[in-house]
Amino acid sequence: MVELLRGLGASAGTATAPAYRLADPPRLPLPRPVSDPDGELDRAYAAIDGVCADIGRRAAAADSPTTAEILRVQAALAGDRTLRDGVAVAIRAGHDAPHAVAAVLGEHRSALLAAGGLLAARAADLDDLRDRVVARCLGLPMPALPEPGCPYVLIAVDLSPADAALLDSARVLAVVTSAGSFLSHTAILARARGLPTVVACGGALDIADGTMLTVDGTAGRVTVGPARARPADRPPIRPAEPVDLRGQTADGHPLALLANIGCAAELAGVAVEGVGLFRTELLFQHHVDAPTMLEQVEAYADVFAAMPDRQVVVRTLDAGSDKPLPFLRESDEPNPALGIRGLRVARRRQDILQTQIAAIAAAARGSTARVAVMAPMVTTVAEAAQFTALCRDAGLPTVGVMIEVPAAAVRSVEILQVVDFLSVGTNDLSQYAFAADRRSGELADLLDPWQPALLSLIALSAAAGVAVGRPVGVCGEAAADPAFAVVLAGMGVTSLSMAPPAIPEVRAALAALTLDECRSVAQRVLAAGDPTAARAAAGM
Amino acid sequence: MIRTVRVGSAAGLHARAAALVAAAAAGQRVPVTVCRGGRAPVPADSVLGLLTLGAVCGVELTLEASGAGAADALANVADLLSRDLDAARG
Repeated sequence: MVELLRGLGASAGTATAPAYRLADPPRLPLPRPVSDPDGELDRAYAAIDGVCADIGRRAAAADSPTTAEILRVQAALAGDRTLRDGVAVAIRAGHDAPHAVAAVLGEHRSALLAAGGLLAARAADLDDLRDRVVARCLGLPMPALPEPGCPYVLIAVDLSPADAALLDSARVLAVVTSAGSFLSHTAILARARGLPTVVACGGALDIADGTMLTVDGTAGRVTVGPARARPADRPPIRPAEPVDLRGQTADGHPLALLANIGCAAELAGVAVEGVGLFRTELLFQHHVDAPTMLEQVEAYADVFAAMPDRQVVVRTLDAGSDKPLPFLRESDEPNPALGIRGLRVARRRQDILQTQIAAIAAAARGSTARVAVMAPMVTTVAEAAQFTALCRDAGLPTVGVMIEVPAAAVRSVEILQVVDFLSVGTNDLSQYAFAADRRSGELADLLDPWQPALLSLIALSAAAGVAVGRPVGVCGEAAADPAFAVVLAGMGVTSLSMAPPAIPEVRAALAALTLDECRSVAQRVLAAGDPTAARAAAGM
Repeated sequence: MIRTVRVGSAAGLHARAAALVAAAAAGQRVPVTVCRGGRAPVPADSVLGLLTLGAVCGVELTLEASGAGAADALANVADLLSRDLDAARG
């Protein structure tokens, strides 16, 4: 019996292994009357000190700077005087030590959740602190990582930074949590370790120990049940990189397989035929003000230098919504996902876009890379035309736009009259087409890339490209799914861009079928009535 | 003695930045408090307190301290708050 669970892909890669669950921490017992407040306070402080020292030791032993950093902050939180002062007040008010700690941290937790964003993701860190201090107050151990004697997939409600730091990648092949978010420390540490991870996965806690799982951290999918013999389920041994990097069908129709990257460092040791999505946000993220022209030219030139004679598609700044940037001062929007984001930022700050385009053009002049530039969050033909004019004026000949807004998808033919290519961003297209926040675990079923309406919108753009004779690529997470890639090829998509580790499997899936076979798979999938039927039509 | 400062860290006073500010505040000769827009002040040497200010980049904070060395303490803490503590990362 094979069952599919969906969550959010928090760290790319796939792995197959039996599941083992991290036990829950000790629960808060019923409150008990306190007869000796001073003794109770000593007990609470001793527990806090113990946790502080324990996390400090883990920080000192951490194998990476990211891990050490996160643990040092966690230790500082444990040793915080606000916590101690609050606990003292609560105990004098009659609470026992565990309830005093839980009450104080609970109050701060609410404040963090109210602050939203990065800070809300820190609420999980306070929960872990509470669990650790409560366990020490009760004299109980925190649950240890399972040791089944074979490599396994770790299942947990959430994984604390302290536990995540201890993960041995020879033993734990992947992580699935029922809570968590892309910004949680679990996710950050998993990405730093290249550990396939799915978070916000409803149903994860119902998986019995020993059940075989295939975790796809790229697509955010967990397949429960006996492993089937298909390429994605093989052990994580990568086939040797073929000399010919070009993607093609069995009968030789080319389909470019490109890399999604955020900086030149991600291309180190990676053999690809080009870059299909160079996200430039990373360069902007750590700035109070927009980076200077010179800084930008250097960063772009590094990427172009790594891709001589190859294609590099640079996406202009995609700020706003889930990627706020301080210098844009965009905090006052009631609904940021529907506000000033992507290309719309240029309505307020045309200068940022102009500087960026000038920097891309300057870097391109000194390189043999085939540089193209594209705009995110384009909605109308007029926006696309303005962007094209701006880029052509700067000396960039190849200009495209992302198709993420349904309004743009349905006007693909018209947009292709004013740009050279389209690139479909499936994640945002699905969020906007289904009116479902892409970070909502509860609505994951609506954000399934196999939803017929999403498939229809992608097919519309792909067909427009075929009709007009211009390239249409796909650069969302779905492109990394080998079965989905076959469907996209059959629709007429000309390039797929994904995290580099996903490319070999997609290349193998495409090489197994002729273009006509891909077309008939696509036709069957497009005729399916729901995601389950669509997957079945693709032979999944 | 009072002084105002705008948060300079690009990602706001999140975990790491808050820990750096708290560590610096703990090293001052007098206690410093931080207050955001009329809310209750929090001790500047408390990571938990600083986090719960929810101070994103550009937010104005009011620092307060008194006694001998208050001016220096305020200047030191304000200087750190106004810097981009993420950019300083190694």
